[in-house]
Amino acid sequence: MHLVIIGNGIAGVTCAQTVRRLRPDARITLVSAETAHHISRPALMYLYMGHLRTIDIKPYEDWYWAENRLELVQDRATHVDVLAQQVHLLRHPPLRYNSLLLATGSGTQYYNWPGQHLSGVQGLVSLPDVELMTRTTAKVRQAVVVGGGLIGIELAEMLRSRGIAVTMLVRDAHYWGSVLPAEEAAMVHKQLQRHGVEVLYNTELAEVLGDEAEQVRAVRTSTGAELPCQWVGIATGVQPKIELALGAGLATERGILVDELLQTSAANVYAAGDCAQRRNPPAGEAAIEPLWYTGRMQGETVAHTICGQPTPYRRGPWFNSAKFFALEYQVYGRVPPQPVPGEVSFWWQHATAPCALRLHYRLDATQTLLGISSMGLRLRHETCDAWLRQGVSVRYVLEHLGQANFDPEFYPEHEAAIVAAYNARHPEQPPLRLRRRKGLLARLLSV
Amino acid sequence: MLHLATTSAQPLATPVPDTSLAERLWLSVVSLGLVGLSVAAVAPTLLRDTAFWLGLLLLSAGTLGWSWLKFGRGPAGVRHNYLWQRGSTSRGVVAWLTAVALTGFYIVLYWWPQYLENLIRPLDGLSQTLRRKPADQWFLYGTFYTLAVLLMGARAYLKYRHSPYHRVRTLSVVFFQLGFAWLLPGLLLALQKPEFYFSYFWPLKYDYLFPGTVEYLVRDGQALGVFMVFWGAAMALVATPVLTYFFGKRWYCSWVCGCGGLAETAGDAYRHLSDKRRGAWRYEVSIVYTVLGFVVVTTALLWLNTYLGGTLLGRLSDEFSRTYGFVIGSVFSGVVGVGFYPILGNRVWCRYGCPMAAYLGLLQKHFSRFRITTNGGQCVSCGNCSNVCEMGIDVKQYAQRGEPIIRAACVGCGMCATACPRGVLNLENGPRQGRYQASQLIQAESLRILS
Repeated sequence: MHLVIIGNGIAGVTCAQTVRRLRPDARITLVSAETAHHISRPALMYLYMGHLRTIDIKPYEDWYWAENRLELVQDRATHVDVLAQQVHLLRHPPLRYNSLLLATGSGTQYYNWPGQHLSGVQGLVSLPDVELMTRTTAKVRQAVVVGGGLIGIELAEMLRSRGIAVTMLVRDAHYWGSVLPAEEAAMVHKQLQRHGVEVLYNTELAEVLGDEAEQVRAVRTSTGAELPCQWVGIATGVQPKIELALGAGLATERGILVDELLQTSAANVYAAGDCAQRRNPPAGEAAIEPLWYTGRMQGETVAHTICGQPTPYRRGPWFNSAKFFALEYQVYGRVPPQPVPGEVSFWWQHATAPCALRLHYRLDATQTLLGISSMGLRLRHETCDAWLRQGVSVRYVLEHLGQANFDPEFYPEHEAAIVAAYNARHPEQPPLRLRRRKGLLARLLSV
Repeated sequence: MLHLATTSAQPLATPVPDTSLAERLWLSVVSLGLVGLSVAAVAPTLLRDTAFWLGLLLLSAGTLGWSWLKFGRGPAGVRHNYLWQRGSTSRGVVAWLTAVALTGFYIVLYWWPQYLENLIRPLDGLSQTLRRKPADQWFLYGTFYTLAVLLMGARAYLKYRHSPYHRVRTLSVVFFQLGFAWLLPGLLLALQKPEFYFSYFWPLKYDYLFPGTVEYLVRDGQALGVFMVFWGAAMALVATPVLTYFFGKRWYCSWVCGCGGLAETAGDAYRHLSDKRRGAWRYEVSIVYTVLGFVVVTTALLWLNTYLGGTLLGRLSDEFSRTYGFVIGSVFSGVVGVGFYPILGNRVWCRYGCPMAAYLGLLQKHFSRFRITTNGGQCVSCGNCSNVCEMGIDVKQYAQRGEPIIRAACVGCGMCATACPRGVLNLENGPRQGRYQASQLIQAESLRILS
């Protein structure tokens, strides 16, 4: 069997590794134009800030690929012939495949702003992007970042590391309004303030203004303000790369359409990761999941199907994490940004330190936990995942909160304060007692 | 010392921003201090002491002031901007100059101590007060070493002030260096007792369990000497396995040991320079276990020799002490181990040469509750953990597969957990059962990494 994978991001690479494990005899070829080897996309920001070198963001050393017989071709796939089962490459002879995985990823999403073509306007998705940014920001004093999401705040942190003045344009009334509730967003806002980032909420980009040299000189916002700047970062989301799929005549919408086995409309052609769009995602799940973790899970799932073990993509409870400057964030399950009828949140925030916890649960007699998120506290993935799968009540979670504590040793423990806060807020309920503290000693003593 | 910023040939090489005026000021004070010490080294007697103490004062004040300016103010957190772009921390010109200067100091110290006479004499007063005897080159070395741990300990404390784990650990290494490796041995000498380091054990202090040392301690130290022998044996053979069982190798390597203390404080800026490649790991295991084997076999032979009344080895034991002391004690742990900090990283000795680390490592790997747990499927392979690992462990290889990190080399400094932007890593002393259990939330692919 010859499996050809277009794209060496996390989805493509995980698929290759899983197929190698399931089918030791398979021939596996990874094609990528961007880099010779797999790199960690979430680490791009650390290259710019000088924390890491390019070799440091390679998850595997170079010998790994040859030793595991994973063939690498650095080239651009120009056309897929689904009838002849062939991939045409720019500089290499065509590759015949038995199975083809499109893991082409995504690129920066632009919204046809006037002036978006100007020099100094760019997004941050790929290694060439960060190299370009390194060059184009060398002399920049003021920058504007469009978009209040994860890439937006990463760009702000990167630019601030070089002492560049940053203004963020955020469409919503608070940071990452599509994901974070207002309290979490307020904590992120404090981080932005502490690190010297100017934020304009309820503000969008209207136009990028350039000079005679086609260089950015300012942006005009939806509120009519003109902000002088020499560089504009676009962080308003990503767009699946579907050119190859379109050329091959596959069914597409925003992304490459796939069924729950991640099969495209053509036989033996699959899609996974940022470029894939599920036709019928389960309720509450997005059709396109442009995330490292889901890319990894989709790559693993599709490998089973490719190896003759048809496996629908079921990712289990949602999880994600991020770091907003110095503030860590984790989420497990579903924590909606806006109130949802029939559901309620318990929110605890430390009086002075930047740490907080949110327990989202069903507002009925069961009080079933629906989601759990934290700022400045580390939670144990296994524990949260088990709670969500078992559908335990929020009262159980609070009484056993120490079990989910993943903070380093000597860090202050907040479980008792959190339980006390819950009791104070719900005098009508029988008071909770913290049964489970953190650590081995606590486990031995509490039974 | 760091103000001559140069860029190195890294892919994203970028001009490092101009050093601020305040930083230049503090670094000038440091430089003046170094000039003062250099002047003292060659100055006539009249000027010597003034230059020495003024130099030391300026060096100390400058280091503290610079640390405060650089790390003591502003938001606390991981501060690694320009780490791989600044020449001083990425094998640039400044790094090489620092390495040459450090190595040069060790070479003069070991082979030509007479040239250090001018630096030794000003310490006579201090030495008399503490030890009731004049200073020598080892007192100079111990004093400078302790000062480095103290001053750079302040820097480490400020840099990692957001982490209680690092605050406690930094205070611990400073305490053991100052108390157990400088004050106490000095006091023992003042009391006419054998000079003894209660924080160093066999097989690092290989001769503490040699028949000759035991005999000398018991003879010269009397009751205290007997206690020293007991302490040395109990720490090496009983306390070490027990403590390592509960806490891992870190209780010693990054909390107590003086070599670790210097690495964690003065060497902190160089931790990322350790080689993470598989090839380096192969060198590591072949060298460090050879050193351990050598010490163990020699200790056994020496006791056998004593038991047989010296018929087995004759005067070979003296020869051995001298050879080992030279090759391992001075060249490896000093010249290469510390002198090459700015080039090879701050744990070269601990990783490739230290028999104690090898012994603790075997215990940690096979008889310990310690492991670094990875948090389910949260790893994004960013590589920050591997980058800060001073022992050259490619931590992300484990984290991205959801596997706990159980490696003989790990000294438990905890930097990987601190640097992780996703809260994936945690140092834990859990039950031994299920210690190697990988996360169910990520498919740990079985392709091999180390072999």
